Amino acid sequence: MGLTSGSTGKRAVDSGFVIERGAGERVIALAGNPNVGKSTVFNELTGLNQHTGNWPGKTVTNAQGRYTHKGREYIMVDIPGTYSLMAHSVEEEVARDFICFGDPDAVVVVCDATCLERNMNLVLQTLEITDRVVVCVNLMDEARKKHIEIDFGKLSENLGVPVVGASARSREGLDELMDAVGRVVESDRCEPVRLRYPQAVEDALALLAPAVEPLCTGGIPARWISLKLLADDTQLIEALGSYQRCNLLANDGVASALQRARALLAGQGFSIEKLRDIIVSSIVLHAEETCSDVVTFRREGYNDRDRRLDRILTSRATGIPVMLLMLAVVFWLTITGANYPSQLLADALFWVQDRLTEFFVWMGAPLWVNSLLVEGVYRVLAWVVSVMLPPMAIFFPLFTLLEDSGYLPRIAFNLDRGFKRCHACGKQALTMCMGFGCNAAGITGCRIIDSPRERLIAIITNNFVPCNGRFPTLIAIITMFFVGGAMGAFSSVVSTLILTAVIVLGVLMTFAVSALLSRTILKGVPSSFTLELPPYRRPQIGKVIVRSIFDRTLFVLGRAIAVAAPAGLVIWVMANVTVGDMSLLAHCAGFLDPFARLLGLDGVILMAFILGFPANEIVVPIIIMAYLATGSILDFDNLAQLKTLLVDNGWTWLTAVCTMLFSLMHWPCSTTCLTIRKETQSWKWTAVSFLVPTVIGMIVCFLVAGAARLLGLA
Amino acid sequence: MNQDMIPLNRVPEGRVARVIDLFTTGNMRRRLQDIGLIEGTDVECLQKSPAGDPVAYYIRGAVIALRSEDSQNILVRCN
Repeated sequence: MGLTSGSTGKRAVDSGFVIERGAGERVIALAGNPNVGKSTVFNELTGLNQHTGNWPGKTVTNAQGRYTHKGREYIMVDIPGTYSLMAHSVEEEVARDFICFGDPDAVVVVCDATCLERNMNLVLQTLEITDRVVVCVNLMDEARKKHIEIDFGKLSENLGVPVVGASARSREGLDELMDAVGRVVESDRCEPVRLRYPQAVEDALALLAPAVEPLCTGGIPARWISLKLLADDTQLIEALGSYQRCNLLANDGVASALQRARALLAGQGFSIEKLRDIIVSSIVLHAEETCSDVVTFRREGYNDRDRRLDRILTSRATGIPVMLLMLAVVFWLTITGANYPSQLLADALFWVQDRLTEFFVWMGAPLWVNSLLVEGVYRVLAWVVSVMLPPMAIFFPLFTLLEDSGYLPRIAFNLDRGFKRCHACGKQALTMCMGFGCNAAGITGCRIIDSPRERLIAIITNNFVPCNGRFPTLIAIITMFFVGGAMGAFSSVVSTLILTAVIVLGVLMTFAVSALLSRTILKGVPSSFTLELPPYRRPQIGKVIVRSIFDRTLFVLGRAIAVAAPAGLVIWVMANVTVGDMSLLAHCAGFLDPFARLLGLDGVILMAFILGFPANEIVVPIIIMAYLATGSILDFDNLAQLKTLLVDNGWTWLTAVCTMLFSLMHWPCSTTCLTIRKETQSWKWTAVSFLVPTVIGMIVCFLVAGAARLLGLA
Repeated sequence: MNQDMIPLNRVPEGRVARVIDLFTTGNMRRRLQDIGLIEGTDVECLQKSPAGDPVAYYIRGAVIALRSEDSQNILVRCN
């Protein structure tokens, strides 16, 4: 799950299992291990811009898109990447349920050509559930670079289903893939290999399957269901009950056959636990056998480049420093690069503001109309665009490059020890990284964490990394208040260091709060964990830039604008409707002021954060509007003038620090809250996720403000 | 017990070892088996993380990081 118009914002709250299938449309499920380019195949076919980064676990929900091939219409469904269909985790359950109960006409299992044997595990498991399978061996370009050769004819013969080689990034092989899918959908019979288990298991299956057979209405093989019954897979039995209203255990025939089959197995020394082992190892050994005469490595040491990179990026001496350096470089490029275009945009947009005013005057419109539309709505929009757009347009592509190269799992690898100390999961580092883009996406991403306890910790603490809506706020405040005296290139270095420090503080808070939670309301020991470190891949720079700008940047900006316009209106009304001798705005700010002062803020700032609940992007515009409306008429169009405005309204360095701290640590935005509610299925945990950062932010601000005042620093 | 049988977490960087037995149960056992860690699988210890734990292993064509709590329950013999 990456950051896209589909995964951020309101649609992040909704994920689909339901497919609206038109007449004649065929549903094709795309399955595969995590990080094998499954989503790339999906994107190339359907044209959807679902982002595909290079790390396991981006697709955590089913995405669907349409594709027409040779006159036939297909609905492609991208299901979560999994190593197995044994449903140990949420994603595996989603994937298995779709293959079993989503009624796909065919399943395409996408495999990684550079790691084929491991991928066969999933192929063989899928073949146990359905005959209509096409194997797509993706990443052939990577395999060629590593001098790995694959005999597709042989593999197809070994599996009994069509096998197609592909490099989805360059569309190579996708037509052939869909040809094969077409043939599988058309043909009456496919004859895949049957996995053979040890004789005792086969005997038990022969005993049980005939009893199960009459109850199987959904096209799921009785043999496979029997195997799951023998292995006591309660999850699947429950799923069968809920999807197909088929209560197997309530059937007397099945119950007694199961009892006899279990007795038979027990007589041969097979406990349920041992049976499960045998099922898995039979599949792994069969996978090994399947690939033994298929894959040829023409060169030893085909992974040397990756190992050399890993030695720099994850070693004891250089791992952490390189990580911090990369973070700082990304911020430096963002701050420096954003400076100039930001100024240009501001000049342009405020030039337009003047023209708009002239236009209204020329129209003879009443003064309040001009005031409402230009000073209310337009000015907030102009601020949001000029301050938000440049940093986002730089940060998103840079972040996407890191994501696509395969670096993010290395961050998780580097930081896992810290998370383990906090009794949390190292994969939380991945969801934290996603939070930089959008906290709502980060929270959906928490599904990659298997343990429910650790997933909740990751969800509750996700808000401690500032999303892109809060970045520009931080950058603007840093630029105004902390680098004023410094010159040129040096000033951007100072900004970078401060911003990096703020982010590191956010990460430290994540650790601290994770530790606190796992010692209080979410008590528990760290669960076991496996993390795949995928091969490094060269990102497609051109595509990354286009995708991140048109998909992520413009979408997020659009959302900010959609919220900012009405917010501008509300603020203007609040500032201009007077009750008694004061405006509504002044009343509200005045009411919040005493409390806000304790936190080192003022009433206006706190109110801006409250009104910014729908989107953090509008916090600073609200502050400006409120100050402008309550007094000094000032035409600001750059940060220096803005600083003057803030200072005139009583801002000191302490106000700036506390505003930054509060921006880093306060309630999640409304979209994020809705996503939390959906992911946790609980208002209680949503409330906890709301309160934890809020209370902590308030305490931190209170302490900082109190200490500074006590020491006479401010 | 044979002298050269050790838990996986004690295999030094750069060495290859063969899995003899898994002492984990439940979910983790399944997960390790899913990534191909069964009896007889060769595992290469690639590299420790900056804090020394977790450690990256090369298992059936993929690089997988395991925490020492988990790898100490995997009995291997160094080749």
